[in-house]
Amino acid sequence: MRRTSVSRKIFVICNTTFLITMALLCLLPLVNLFAISLSGKSAANSGAVTFWPIDFTLLAYEKTFQNNNFIRSLVISFLRTGLGTVLSMFLITTAGYALSKDFRGRTQLMWFFVFTMLFGGGLIPTYLVNSALGLKNNFLVYVLPGAFSCYNLILIMNFFRSIPKSLEEAALIDGASFFTVLRKIYLPLSKAGLATVALFIMVGNWNEWFTGILYMSDTKNYPLASFLQVIVVQGNQQDLSLDPTSAAAMSERTIKAAQVFIGALPILLVYPFLQKYFVKGIVMGAVKE
Amino acid sequence: MKTEKNRERTKRAARTARVDWRKEFQHNWPLYLLVLPSVIFAIIFCYIPMGGLMMAFQNYKPWLGIFGSEFVGLENFRQIFEFKESYQAIINTLIISVSKIVLGLVVPVIMALLLNEVKQLGLKKCIQTLVYLPHFLSWVTVAGMLRDILGMDGIVNACLKALGMEPIFFLGEAGMFRQLVILSDLWKGFGFGMIVYLAAISNIDQNLYEAAEMDGANKWQQTLYITLPGIMPMIIVMATLSLGNVLNAGFDQIFNLYSPLTYSTGDIIDTYVYRQSLVNGQYSFGTAVGLFKSGIGLLLTAVAYKLAYKFAGYRIF
Repeated sequence: MRRTSVSRKIFVICNTTFLITMALLCLLPLVNLFAISLSGKSAANSGAVTFWPIDFTLLAYEKTFQNNNFIRSLVISFLRTGLGTVLSMFLITTAGYALSKDFRGRTQLMWFFVFTMLFGGGLIPTYLVNSALGLKNNFLVYVLPGAFSCYNLILIMNFFRSIPKSLEEAALIDGASFFTVLRKIYLPLSKAGLATVALFIMVGNWNEWFTGILYMSDTKNYPLASFLQVIVVQGNQQDLSLDPTSAAAMSERTIKAAQVFIGALPILLVYPFLQKYFVKGIVMGAVKE
Repeated sequence: MKTEKNRERTKRAARTARVDWRKEFQHNWPLYLLVLPSVIFAIIFCYIPMGGLMMAFQNYKPWLGIFGSEFVGLENFRQIFEFKESYQAIINTLIISVSKIVLGLVVPVIMALLLNEVKQLGLKKCIQTLVYLPHFLSWVTVAGMLRDILGMDGIVNACLKALGMEPIFFLGEAGMFRQLVILSDLWKGFGFGMIVYLAAISNIDQNLYEAAEMDGANKWQQTLYITLPGIMPMIIVMATLSLGNVLNAGFDQIFNLYSPLTYSTGDIIDTYVYRQSLVNGQYSFGTAVGLFKSGIGLLLTAVAYKLAYKFAGYRIF
């Protein structure tokens, strides 16, 4: 059975080449961006940079980290991601644990939550309600409205359901309360699952850019994602704060590339941890047998 | 007399139900307490805004508020199909989303089948790591890269120039915009879409392949008659569930890529709602368009879940 035909060999070679090409296609745009951010002005502007920096310089990064608005938005991004993730995890672990049990009204509660996934108030009503709650120009708008997510709740609930019931029953008979069971049995046993969901929420919070644009009247209060949106998409160059001397040495393009790259960097850094777990998480949550 | 007895019976049933609830609560109150924070968040940030959808039936004026504005019935909805712009936005949404859905189903299945043929585990792992990555980048980042790569001095135009062709301003060409949106979405999502199929493939019983090999089936036949049928339930689930996305053409993506030059082919319902309500101040009309979209979306999702349950036994919870 070990002999392989010539056509099979050809197929394997073509297939491997094709898949490697596709994989590189996913990486090379980021490499290009990184190379541009490290290149000199003339090389970058003429479009000569491909995947290796030309006239290597760190000037774009130096300049970026001297920009107070950039630093400020970076701090806001870290704060909102931290707080947002903690609050989300609190909400969905508590509710997820409760809903993994059978009790009266569970089905109705489930539908109550699932409906939020299927239907919503839409842009303007949501905006008006959040403004009425005093969330306009308020840091909490980054944290509160998006904290609850039914999708993540279902993910966590399914993780909890996969833990053998007998463990909990034994603890309950010994007189432990539901709270103790959650803390001492469920949380430690589903560490991997919780880590996956937490990382997903972190990435989502870090990447979220629309809230800042919608609710903040001063661009100073933007998180990094909104800050980048303004620079990259709306082409607002004020925030680049290029003074004449540095403008001679580097271009708008290299600075933009540096900032976009820094914006993606935290994602690239947590990605290895994320990847370790998320395959299992996706399959368990999205596809319940 | 009979009705009297019936009434007595219902009363007693109600009383026992009440006692049941009390017992239930005495025993399970921690569970109710644990769900409470999420219930409060869902009410405040999901359900109360739904009440605001009333605006869609009004001529909403911010200074009159939602209780003081004039009621106009279905007038706003009638206008959706009267304005050329909103009509065009619906058409664009359908074209873009249906293309995305079809490619988003077919390409990941093919890629998963191809990747399954790679037998070197290290290489397979490397490829997986790289193709999942774009899913986690934000559309702002991707738009930033695309704008650079496809810009007049970008790497793509540099290639065109090297080949002696005229450079093209890709993001300003209305005729290319949809293709660009569909392809960049495919680039971002195809890897991540593979995950569920790879998992389904790994769940297929290995004995089937051995048996097929004994019977003289070649690799291609094994793929066609074992692997593909093996992952068919998953394909059906994914296909039916994607029905709920027919009106979601991707706000984040298009908002960061389009411009007035490409409104004619690239403006979708969500971006149109954004411009009409927040830029032009037509709150009620914008809300009506949004409600039109989410109403149909709800209907489609409900049908999708029903179909997924019927054909593949899939349940949300």
